Amino acid sequence: MADASTPLLTTADGRPLKAALATAQKRAKRRAFLLVVPLLIFVLLSFLIPIGYMLKRSFEHDGFAASAPALVAWFDANPGFDPANPPEDAFAALVSDLALMQTSRTTGLAGTRVNYVAPGSISLFKAGARVAKDLTPPYREALLALDADWGKPQVWRAMQSASNIYTPEFYLVAADRRLTDDGWARGNDNERIYLYLFGKTFVVSAIITVICLLLAFPVAHLLAVLPMPKSSLLMILVLLPFWTSLLVRTTSWIALLQEQGIVNDLLVGLGVLDDQNRLAAMYNMTGTIIAMTHVLLPFMVLPLYSVMRVIPPSYARAARSLGATSWTTFRRVYLPQTLPGIAAGSLLVFILAVGYYITPALVGGADGILISNLISFNMNKSNWSLAAALAAMLLVAILVLYWLYDRLIGIDRLKFG
Amino acid sequence: MKKLLVLSTALTAVAYAAQADVTVMSWGGAYGEAQTEAHVKPWMAATGTNTIMVDSDNPAPAIKAMVEAGNVTVDVASVEYADAVRLCDEGVLEPIDAASLPAGTDGTAAADDFLAGAVTECGVSTDIWSNIYAYDTTKLSGDAAPKTAADFFDLAKFPGKRGMRKGAKAVLEFALLGDGVPAAEVYAVLNTPEGVDRAFAKLDTIKSEVIWWEAGAQAPQLLADGEVVMTTAYNGRIFAAAINENKPFQIVWDGQIYENEMYVVPKGAPNKDAALEFIKYATSTEGLRAQAQHISYGPARKSAMLEELIFKDGKTVMAPHLPTAPENLTNALETSSAFWVDHDAELNERFQAWLAQ
Amino acid sequence: MALPTYASPLERIWYYTYLVICTVVFIFLIAPILIVIPLSFNAEPYFTFTEKMLTLDPEGYSLRWYDTLLTLGHPAPDGPRDSVWWSLAWEKATWIKAARNSLWVGFWATILATTLGTIAALGLSRSEMPYKRLIMALLISPMIVPIIIVAVGMSFFYAKACVSPDSAVGMVAGAFLSAKGCLANSHLGVIVAHAVLGIPFVIITVTATLTGFDQSLIRAAHSLGANPRTTFFKVVMPLILPGVISGALFAFVTSFDEVVAVLFIAGPEQQTIPRQMFNGIREAISPAILAVATLLVIISVALLATVELLRRRSDRLRGVTGT
Repeated sequence: MADASTPLLTTADGRPLKAALATAQKRAKRRAFLLVVPLLIFVLLSFLIPIGYMLKRSFEHDGFAASAPALVAWFDANPGFDPANPPEDAFAALVSDLALMQTSRTTGLAGTRVNYVAPGSISLFKAGARVAKDLTPPYREALLALDADWGKPQVWRAMQSASNIYTPEFYLVAADRRLTDDGWARGNDNERIYLYLFGKTFVVSAIITVICLLLAFPVAHLLAVLPMPKSSLLMILVLLPFWTSLLVRTTSWIALLQEQGIVNDLLVGLGVLDDQNRLAAMYNMTGTIIAMTHVLLPFMVLPLYSVMRVIPPSYARAARSLGATSWTTFRRVYLPQTLPGIAAGSLLVFILAVGYYITPALVGGADGILISNLISFNMNKSNWSLAAALAAMLLVAILVLYWLYDRLIGIDRLKFG
Repeated sequence: MKKLLVLSTALTAVAYAAQADVTVMSWGGAYGEAQTEAHVKPWMAATGTNTIMVDSDNPAPAIKAMVEAGNVTVDVASVEYADAVRLCDEGVLEPIDAASLPAGTDGTAAADDFLAGAVTECGVSTDIWSNIYAYDTTKLSGDAAPKTAADFFDLAKFPGKRGMRKGAKAVLEFALLGDGVPAAEVYAVLNTPEGVDRAFAKLDTIKSEVIWWEAGAQAPQLLADGEVVMTTAYNGRIFAAAINENKPFQIVWDGQIYENEMYVVPKGAPNKDAALEFIKYATSTEGLRAQAQHISYGPARKSAMLEELIFKDGKTVMAPHLPTAPENLTNALETSSAFWVDHDAELNERFQAWLAQ
Repeated sequence: MALPTYASPLERIWYYTYLVICTVVFIFLIAPILIVIPLSFNAEPYFTFTEKMLTLDPEGYSLRWYDTLLTLGHPAPDGPRDSVWWSLAWEKATWIKAARNSLWVGFWATILATTLGTIAALGLSRSEMPYKRLIMALLISPMIVPIIIVAVGMSFFYAKACVSPDSAVGMVAGAFLSAKGCLANSHLGVIVAHAVLGIPFVIITVTATLTGFDQSLIRAAHSLGANPRTTFFKVVMPLILPGVISGALFAFVTSFDEVVAVLFIAGPEQQTIPRQMFNGIREAISPAILAVATLLVIISVALLATVELLRRRSDRLRGVTGT
């Protein structure tokens, strides 16, 4: 509350100082912000909008809605029909749409959309569309005679929901749900893959994080306690991988680890291994883990090092002089002080590992692939909405971890070298 | 600042605007090379059209993705027969007027000259190729060598890693052939859910030992590196490695699965007219013969077989190396495009899920 | 670190174990990078050491794989190496074309990321900056968000991001866009994608240089009559330059090593070195890949050395001791 009795401080030109300061402050704020504006616009256009576009695609698919006008109209007029027993006019609409799909060559698009939620539908559509123009009423009997599957409630439910352009169904599919005769349910064992791979991706990333931590800890410690010139020299050994092309490193791991590779040759040459029992460390999960550990290790060493470097050695010495064993000193005095570095490095490595694509694609073989590879697989197969839904799920997971990182460590503390 | 300008102008000179007139997408490796030598180079020399070849593991899904994204960069693609039919059905390809194809060198009209089925609504056959399996004769020979499709799945008799193509097509059929299903019944069996389960069950028996390849060039490479003891492959790749690089590879023709390979034009191709001209040129009698002189895939025109085909080395007679040689056809299966047109999507999905489990 | 004199035998053993562990980790880090160098001189088409190589027989070594880098895709690889041959190699050879694309894209992506990033970092390091944390989080996110997600989004968006070649924008930007005037399959599309990926590195390195920056220097320059322009170029720039260059090098390396975005958004005319390597690794690793790898290792060593020198110089200038 302004006190009327105190004289108001003013600037030379008579404005109240408080107001003048606020204006200056505002101007400074605006100026600082203006410097960031060009980059923000650039990032908005080339990064945020594409991601937004992808999110839109994950809810959108007009493959069926655009190629089956009669059925779309019929579903609109009869939203409460019984999918177990659709009337003749529904079948008539279906037959006219199938004939239309055949001439406009959209069977594939429409069938793909329905096939997402009700596997097996695409072959039904293709077989139906081929003969649709020759079918005669009653259409119900004609179609059922062609394939009894046309009478399945699953198919009719799937077509009804596919007649909407916007749908959350791709997320259900990405969560391994499928439409059955009785509504949404878990898919068959041989179709469940996405949640399993999400789980696998997180487990593998955790394993890689732990291995990185175990390998990085002693090295970071050594770098932190060595005198400067020596530590700088060794630091180069950590930074060089960081600067070397990922593809170069992946190539060398293949050369090193494949069955006829250098490591196996060496082990066989030394008589450690029998020629028949060479290690299978490439084109499988082992290969993925080894190569990814190598790629991500510097991201663990650097944050650990920057924390360890500023831990005063006097604390450990004090603990020793007070009678603590070296193990106790490490566990009770040193380790707790490195926790911020452990948290920073582990989170960063984990975040980067979860989204990894290149290394598993090249050295993972069949069982060493992660969720990113499945996103790419669906992109290549033109299953765009599903790829987008999977990518969106991965994005949410990453953003949660990123938020956690910012909370715990602060993004502004991210540094390289 | 001035230095920056100089540098940037220098770099502008580095970037070039030599846009290709025709882009052909094929399978890379020995096959891509054969098509480059037999089709692309002579076509460029004859017409002056700048033509480039780009590689893909499998051009069919790649062009489908391009067309559906409205972002087509390819003018001509080389795809499997079933894919040519399927993609045509799905509106991904431009129709090709069969009447516009050139007559054979002997004057036979194209319609009579091409083998039955070799010209479809959207595609023209470049060759007949086959999925076979092969092994290294320095490792397996004589009685210890595999001879039948069943041997490929016999881990007890032939221990060691197997290479297989990563995809449902030809792999499921091969599994059934290996399980003793006669070639004539394979598609009838595969058309039932039990048949599909049976094929996957057969694959399960060797799953732990399989290294999956995607690009055709990987198969001979896996064999040459000793990473696998036997691998499925495109027969021309094994032939090329054996002849060009003297690799001790032997093809097992039992259980081969053969089909036509087709040139197609994706819908919305940037240079559609030039693409059609290219296809007419490449699938002429000379074009097909030229390709067959570079790789062991049989030409699909009768007029191309009138004279004996000799490999580019000038001595190897091609006939016994072709999938269509009578002695290679004793237990062979022709891919059913009708089956794969309908089932490609769902079987590949199931295959992918099976693979990741 | 030396062992204290009072160390027990157990501690001694542990200490040496610790040194061994560290050595093993260093070997793990560096061996895969160094191993490609000798392998690239293999005379045989294998990527393991042959017996001749191990016995140091000169016949076991050759430069043939380096030669392949010039001849692959060359229309007349065996011809005499005159000026025509070399100019054909420059125009047509697969790896040379890839290198030119990589440099071209990398150069512009670096310029874009460094300019925008440095200006933004100047704003971000001001204490008055509003929503600093949020904006920082946003600008760093291209490094955190998996590249596959970015690539998927871009491949959807770029195919729709088109201008008509006849429009005003099309006239100006047309040369950088695809034949249809789209960002997809265009050099500009790849440049923009790579610039976004490089931005976090520029922001991080430049703000790091600016944390030690004494803002009173700017006020001193102003009070001595320098205008903002002079102040920036004569006072601020020299001090943050090492950070800017490091950031630029990071951005360049990011672009130079990037393959996923290229796989999803680039066309046949935008083949880069990593893209070519990716294909090569998947199909058949011929030692030609190892030759490229060796060249890339040399480049990365040079870049790393530059950054290290710059960092030391920057620390010295700002009066920060130690590293």
